[in-house]
Amino acid sequence: MKPEWEVVVGLEVHCELKTVTKLFCGCPNAFGDQPNTNVCPVCLGLPGSLPVINQRAVELAMAIGTALHCEIRPSTFHRKNYFYPDQAKDYQISQYDEPINVAGHLDLPDGSRVGIERAHMEEDTGKTTHAGASGRIHGADYSLVDYNRSGVPLVEIVSAPDMRSSAQARAYTTELRAVLVASGASDGKMEEGSMRVDANVSVRRSADDPFGTRCEIKNLNSVRSVGRAIDFEADRQIALLEAGDRVVQQTRHWDEDAGRTVTLRSKEDAYDYRYFLEPDLVPLVPDAEWIQAVADTMDPMPAARRARLVELLDEGAGASEAQVDQVATCVDLDLDRLVVAAVAAGVGSALALARTAGRSAELLKVLAEHDDVDAIWSFAGEASSTAAKLLSVGNLKQVFSDEGRAIDWFSIAQGEGRWFLHHATQVKNIWVPYGE
Amino acid sequence: MSAPRPSVLLAGAVRSGARSAVDVVQEHLAAIDAGDDRVHAFNLVMADQARTRAAEVDRIVAGGDDPGPLAGVPVALKDNLCTRGVPTTCSSRILDGWRPPYDATVVTRLERAGAVVVGKTNMDEFAMGSSTETSAFGPTRNPHDPGRVPGGSSGGSAAAVAAGFVPLALGSDTGGSIRQPAALCGVVGMKPTYGTVSRYGLVAFASSLDQVGPIATTVADAALLFDVIGGHDPCDSTSLNRPTPRVLSVLDDGVAGLTVGVLTELLDGADPDVAARVHQAAEALSAAGARVEEASVPEVTLGLSAYYLIAPGEASSNLARYDGVRYGLRVEAEDTVAMNTATRSAGFGPEVKRRIMLGTYVLSAGYMDAYYNQALRVRTRIIQGFDKAYRRCDVLLGPTAPTTAFPLGAKTGDPLTMYLSDVCTIPSNLAGHPAISVPFGPGDDGLPVGVQLLGPALTEGTLVRAAAVVEAAAPILDPPALATGARS
Repeated sequence: MKPEWEVVVGLEVHCELKTVTKLFCGCPNAFGDQPNTNVCPVCLGLPGSLPVINQRAVELAMAIGTALHCEIRPSTFHRKNYFYPDQAKDYQISQYDEPINVAGHLDLPDGSRVGIERAHMEEDTGKTTHAGASGRIHGADYSLVDYNRSGVPLVEIVSAPDMRSSAQARAYTTELRAVLVASGASDGKMEEGSMRVDANVSVRRSADDPFGTRCEIKNLNSVRSVGRAIDFEADRQIALLEAGDRVVQQTRHWDEDAGRTVTLRSKEDAYDYRYFLEPDLVPLVPDAEWIQAVADTMDPMPAARRARLVELLDEGAGASEAQVDQVATCVDLDLDRLVVAAVAAGVGSALALARTAGRSAELLKVLAEHDDVDAIWSFAGEASSTAAKLLSVGNLKQVFSDEGRAIDWFSIAQGEGRWFLHHATQVKNIWVPYGE
Repeated sequence: MSAPRPSVLLAGAVRSGARSAVDVVQEHLAAIDAGDDRVHAFNLVMADQARTRAAEVDRIVAGGDDPGPLAGVPVALKDNLCTRGVPTTCSSRILDGWRPPYDATVVTRLERAGAVVVGKTNMDEFAMGSSTETSAFGPTRNPHDPGRVPGGSSGGSAAAVAAGFVPLALGSDTGGSIRQPAALCGVVGMKPTYGTVSRYGLVAFASSLDQVGPIATTVADAALLFDVIGGHDPCDSTSLNRPTPRVLSVLDDGVAGLTVGVLTELLDGADPDVAARVHQAAEALSAAGARVEEASVPEVTLGLSAYYLIAPGEASSNLARYDGVRYGLRVEAEDTVAMNTATRSAGFGPEVKRRIMLGTYVLSAGYMDAYYNQALRVRTRIIQGFDKAYRRCDVLLGPTAPTTAFPLGAKTGDPLTMYLSDVCTIPSNLAGHPAISVPFGPGDDGLPVGVQLLGPALTEGTLVRAAAVVEAAAPILDPPALATGARS
């Protein structure tokens, strides 16, 4: 991006809540089951069925609000009306002008603060697969709908337009993901769609100018695509403006393979959602006691855990720059409890940190997050296997690890048998069309 | 004084083993068989299921157990109540072939009380209408005069009870759809307080107004049926979480000490013979010890306008799901949007389309505040108006409908005239309050007149007490010409 331009970014993150059942019925909230097996009259929107709110989902939404320093308020549900085959009732139950969480913030490791406008509850839709050349609804030969995801609880976290670079947006996404996982609300699996990011992007020549016309970018399925899409989109808008054109307010789709954004729909095609108060539900009014009870059960957030480690180091010689990185790695890998325990047992804090989040862990982090590394073999104990998996979550990387078991590399079953073959190779499906 | 209670007696006979449920059901199926080709109260008669169920009830009695307070009593269900494995059509083509995989909560409660469901009754399509003429399957006839409408939208249920096909039926009331047909057919119909009867399994028309309720030949039977279907249901978030109401037990408590207000605004548009009956009912209440005075709730005159913005608004959203994707009718077309459009164009009748369009419009960006939100503010004012009246009065009295049953086809060409049929009943729905319609003799044309008793939330007990007094004083009404059943 040209240095004389400033990009302005706000992110809308949809996060699937890690509940046992769906938001308004008792069907399992599970990923990857046989299509249309986790369904009932309610999540299929059958005539006569009615929604009943899942208390656990409300608690996880409040946990997110607490983690993001939001004000947790009495809230209501609205209907967002639009026709789509994977929308079982042809409306979505969502929170509109009275969301459960408002006015929070998220502090990033670099010290910057991003405002959180709201974090509201809503239900997910089903999933449509369009058969045919285009893979989209128009021109499809036929479409298949799986309603297993219909009614899965979501929290949509809307940031303020506070980010000024793609790097900051990536940092926000990474930190938010860590917070969502730490709050127990989500597994943060971007590749399974349990965390989905939309970016609102605009550009302006100077920080004193008003915001430019924004475009909303959809389909950002990894931290990496968040960064790439924002860079591409900012450059596209700058090129338009420098050529004397204007930016048209649009929803655009990120094409990961082509590395570009394409028009999905412009403002003129925008739906009129006809929001109105959902008459089948009553207002949600969590009392102070309930809010406190949720907060009391929450583990510390990553920022607090990093601060705790730095504090431990400070008691000695103070943290070096390398150690600050080690602290971040250590918390990322969920190994900080080991350091705290070791220090409590009398180990020096610098040594405990170095041993836990030293070079192999550093290397692991680099490899796991590197987009050009296709797979990782990790056989250095359970902690690092778990870390390898967690770190690879954002980029669909295969991880072959010991799962904490001792492996006998000389055994035929473990060292060269089916299990080894299965995990040590990558299989890609290639569909060969035949027949009609 | 004790009000007549045929279902109570019927259930008593079955429970004691004096009568077999199979015989009772057989007798009613025979009446339906003999008369329903002229009345067309039923969309579906479930003869085999009913006999099987009745035999089960008899086995329970033979085994020394109690099947419940409705043992062996035949009940008809409005065809917008879901019945597991049995077609539920809402009298619409769009639900063609759909069989719900579940029972409505009220259906489960009926069966738990020993009742025998004998069929699904005709209605205005998706309960949108006041005459049962918008049914996709043709109109129901008023058993008192086959040339006249039974009212609506629960016209099939009211006609089935009036004709003696069943002693009890369930209807649903969004703007008067239980009370108005009950009045026009000369039977008792009650709309309970919003939230006292579960809506789970009632196919939604306007969710904030819909309420299931009883239709019966007598107040006592309506009270019994309400006792069976009422009570908290965790499947309905709007269901009140409070102990199950019991009203049958207070039925004979009389009205001494109650203040009854004759509601001026409801009398204003009523035909003179209907208004005369209302005053006569007031005298009966007075004679029984109630204090009767005039009452006014000026806000109720705004009810009709507010209702025709709120109900279609909610309906436009509730009926969006009939898109041909998952169940019911599908008209194939070249792509999904064209299929949605073709299906909905073919599946919905004109009145339903009119209300979907009206509702879509009033919720649209730029119009919502002027129409829908304004109607909600009016709704609040109506509630406040009632609250004020109920500071003086325990019960309000008025006509259920401005006229007696009108001829088939008389109002189908003019929707606004048709909408006026519900002018007396709509205010209770907007307020969420209970109301009951009791037959009170014939009008000048010999057709049934219904008087309506209204009360604040959760006063069903008071209402049935007053209704029983009115019922006992009601002038004799000729039995319906088309009745083939033994009306007890």
